[in-house]
This record gives sequence, structure tokens and C-alpha cells, in this order.
Amino acid sequence: MELVCPAGSLPALKTAVDNGADAVYLGFKDSTNARQFAGLNFNDKRAGEGVEYAHSKGARVFCAINTYPQPDGWQTWKSAVDRAAALGVDAIILADMGLLEYAANRHPQVHRHLSVQGSATSYEALRFYKDNFDIRRAVLPRVLSIDQVRGVAKHSPVELEVFAFGSLCIMAEGRCYLSSYLTDESPNTRGACSPAKAVRWLETPDGLESRLNDVLIDRYGKGESAGYPTLCKGRFEVEGSVYHAIEEPVSLNTLDLLPELKELGISAVKIEGRQRSPAYIADVARTWRQALDRLDAGSGDFHVDPVWNSTLAGLSEGGLTTIGAYHRKWK
Amino acid sequence: MMKLSLGPILWFWSKQTVFDFYANAAEWPVDTVYLGETVCSRRRELKLADWLEIASVLKDSGKQVVLSTQTLIESEADLRALRKICSQQEYLVEANDQSALQLATQNKLPFVTGPGMNIYNTATLKLLAKQGLKGWSLPVELGRDTLRQLINELKDEGLDLPAEVFAWGFLPLAWSSRCFTARHYNLPKDNCEFRCLQHPDGMELRSRESRELFRLNGTSTLSGARYDLLRELPDMEQMGVSTVRLSPEHQGMDEVIHRFDQTRRGETPATDPLQLVEAPPCNGYWYGKPGMDLVAS
Repeated sequence: MELVCPAGSLPALKTAVDNGADAVYLGFKDSTNARQFAGLNFNDKRAGEGVEYAHSKGARVFCAINTYPQPDGWQTWKSAVDRAAALGVDAIILADMGLLEYAANRHPQVHRHLSVQGSATSYEALRFYKDNFDIRRAVLPRVLSIDQVRGVAKHSPVELEVFAFGSLCIMAEGRCYLSSYLTDESPNTRGACSPAKAVRWLETPDGLESRLNDVLIDRYGKGESAGYPTLCKGRFEVEGSVYHAIEEPVSLNTLDLLPELKELGISAVKIEGRQRSPAYIADVARTWRQALDRLDAGSGDFHVDPVWNSTLAGLSEGGLTTIGAYHRKWK
Repeated sequence: MMKLSLGPILWFWSKQTVFDFYANAAEWPVDTVYLGETVCSRRRELKLADWLEIASVLKDSGKQVVLSTQTLIESEADLRALRKICSQQEYLVEANDQSALQLATQNKLPFVTGPGMNIYNTATLKLLAKQGLKGWSLPVELGRDTLRQLINELKDEGLDLPAEVFAWGFLPLAWSSRCFTARHYNLPKDNCEFRCLQHPDGMELRSRESRELFRLNGTSTLSGARYDLLRELPDMEQMGVSTVRLSPEHQGMDEVIHRFDQTRRGETPATDPLQLVEAPPCNGYWYGKPGMDLVAS
């Protein structure tokens, strides 16, 4: 299985490659990709250096252009596809059907990967993308259980990549408009969820408050550790009780599932987090490299090294990890 | 004159409630009715045969009937249900994900797309038109400026693809495999006791300052405020919107439809308060603002 790591900057890209990534994914400095953060991502010059570095070390580079262009942005998004092709990336990660068609017609030689934002959760959906845009690979949404991944993998007409580690979206990606409901930006339109520009922290007599466009997302008592106010991970009131009504602030960690993913023929595991620092990327990439190497060397007796899990837990939201929807017992 | 459509019921209602609702709908001045379960595969009060029975009654009352497909397809069982819908020939299908697109196009079945289908540009519309698209819904997070551009670009392309706008009701904002209603009751999803039946208009999720943010509805999350574009109807008609969609609620629906019908006819509807489930109004998305905002006219 290929290890695909995030690169939000050139130092992060080099770190990922140096620590064992088989491929890195990056985006341009605009809203054409789903991690539009200030100070993050690549201009053409830096992207070119990144491609050169990765290729010189035998790693591949994928370019994410995985937001949805509206008429106003169509030329910008199209030109992003052209720029990625000109840079010599190994694949473009796309979600929008119109843009997939453009890339397939204009740059047939550059592989197309279906972004998780393309929301393909069945092999019939994958067939649609394969038949129409000849995609090479698809990234599966994090809502599927391992049994469901098995069902998809059995009949998939394309390579599959699954999320292995990082922030956990619990809504079907590409079809979640919660962020634009509270702010004016969503992953689909602007490549941003719960955008930083709308975040406000307030120290109050009741505790530390996090707000998103003035909406109270969470309030922390003394000794509670505060997390970024991603709106689905706040504490809200439903019928008189206050709790994490949608999701707890935890990270996804699928180390335990690696043997099963391999057996299903999954082609690649993906690490989330282009917004993360090079130091974080180094620890995560190194840990997953070790795990994958042991899996490949293995004679069926793969076991997770406790050190790997403690390293990853230390890098996770709230210090907690979960295998998310991959198991079915969550309430 | 613009058409009125009745969207699929997004909530979980008992079989009798659903039959009663559509018995009334047969008399309402709506042109199109979307039928079927679009949210959760565990909601099986009605079988496909029941939906087809309702479809037949509505068709006889002069309504165009469209069969809606599930939005999040996760299992082989989901695909089996989808194949049944996509192998009938009598009714148009509303494709709500790419699985449905694949099965409809494979069977050469004409289709329309619902608001959960990501159509953000004309290239996507042109592509789907070649495959049998007969009409499309604007994604709920898009507004009038984008819609106007899309309609104009379609015109320039010589494409006749009627546009539909979700114009009234709680906005469907997200779908998950996780069930938030079951979570509230500390029940596993696979043994949820069908608690959604006790919440015919979902469960209110409020901030700790009592602001209505969302409505939890099983595996789907809807807006906490009710989207209402009644007063935008003249604007929509002028820009060439074909149909406005009203999303079913279990009380007050006939009065809501009556007001939209009056307004599309250029009559002035009554302004006294409707007997509805209490919720604040919103219209932000239409103006390119946060969806929850209410922009004054």
C-alpha cells in the first residue's frame, strides 16, 4: 500500500518525502483546493520545486483541485488544472464533474483521482466516474464501515485510497453545507470548513468561549483543553442536555485495520492534514512508514507497536483517536 | 407561471401519516411531487409498492410524479433498492448521488437531480444533459447570482434545462452514516428503535445560548431556521426559474402551498401567522450570505 502524505508547504513536502511518503499531495494558494488556509499551499514556483524534489527521491506528487467552481471561478479552476499538468504532477485530485471532464479531455495523459469531495460511496458511483472521466483512483469518504469498504473494493473499477489518520469528517464529504450555513464559506465553495476568519475566542466569567460567526460553538471550564471550533465538534443543547451532539473532537487512526485494508486490495492510505506543521508530518509519516513496512514484511502476524499509537495519540485532537465509521458500534 | 413542487418527505413518519399527507397533496395546487425515502435505509414504513400506489393516485390527480433516490448510498442493500427504482419506466427519477446517475444512464432512463447533487457550473450541466438530465435543482448553498449566471449560460448554449430552487422548509445540509438521533438516545444505529418516528420534524439542536442552529433528523442534519423565499418569487420568475420546491412538514403545509400558489399568480397572500412548527426564518443563501442569515427586503 502506498503512503500518501499531506504537504501544505515546501518544507512539509520535503519532510514527508524524507520520512517515507510514497506520494504527497498539495494544492495551490487559492480556493481551488479544500484546504484554503492563510499562509499555506503553493505558488507555481514552489510547486515546481516540490515536484522536482519528490521525483528526485522517487516519490509521486498529486495536486488537489477539489472544490467546486461556480461560473465566476470557472476560468481560474480550469487554469489550475492546466498549471498542474504543466508542473508535471503525477495525478490531479478532482471532485467537480465539469472539471473532471475538462481534465480528461484536455490532459488525458495526467492521471485523474476522484477526491473524497466527489462523494463516491458505492462501486456504481465509481463506475460513473470511471466510465465518464476515466479516473485511475478514488478516495473513499470516511463514512463507510470496513464491511462497506469491502463491498466497494470487491467490485471497484478503480484503485482505492482510504483515509488512515488525521481529522475526522463524519459527514459525507463534498455534501456538507454546515459551514456555509453558519459562515459564508464551505469546503465545496471556498475550500474552507469553519473558516479561521469567522473564529473568535473570548475569555468570560463562564469560561473560555469559542465562537464561529458569533455562534457559540463551545465553552471550556478550567482545566479543559480547548480545540479549534470546527462546528460539528462543538457542545450543543438537544432536548435539555448539553453534549457533543454531532461528534467528539477526536482523530481518525486506522493502524489496527491495516492488515484488513491490505487484504481488501486497497492501493493507498492517506494522511489528512495539509494545515499541519513539518514536525507533525515527520512524526506521522515516520510512524506510518514503519507500520506499512512491517505489514509488507509480515507473515500474517502484523501487530501494532504501542509506541506508534502513543505517538499518534499525542498528535491527535484531544489526545484521542478512533477508527471512526470503520467500525459499526458507534452510537 | 412557475411550477410548485413538493419535495420528498425528509422526516420519518408512520405509514398512515404518509398516506394521509399525500391524500391531501392530491388536492393541493402543486405540479410535481417527489416521492420516496431519501435519508435512511432503516426507514421502511413504506415499501416501493406503497410509494408506487401513492404515485398512481397522484398521477391520476394530474401531478407529475418523480421517484427520489437515497442520498447516501452505503451498502449492497441500498444499491438493490436503487436498482428497483432505476429499472421502472413509468416515472422520472430524481438522482441524488452518482450511483443513481450511473444506474439511470445505464438504463437510458431520463432523470432530474436533487439539491444534494453537486452542480455548481454549466460544464457539469452540459455533461449531464448528454446523459438524459431533464431538470436540475440548485444546491442549497448557492444563491441568486450564481443561479442567474447558470441560467444565462444555459440559454447561450441553447440548452433547455429547467431549474428548480429549494424555496421553503428546513434545508438539508449534511448526510452521515452516523445517526444523531440514535446518538441522542444512547442507542446503536443498528438498533435505533426507530426513534425518529417520535420526532416528525426532527430534534432541535441549539447553541448553549439557545440559538436554533440545526435540526437533527436521523442520519441527516437540517437547518435550524426555516428557509423561506416566498417574497423572492417574482425575482425567480424574472430570471427564468422553472420550479420552486416546498419541503414537507407535518403541519400547516396546505396553507403554505396556498400562499405560494397565490404569490405565483400575482395575488397578495395573507400575512397572518401560519400554524407551523416554531422556527426562525432565514434566506441568507439566496443573497450569498451565511445560510442562517435573514436579509431584509
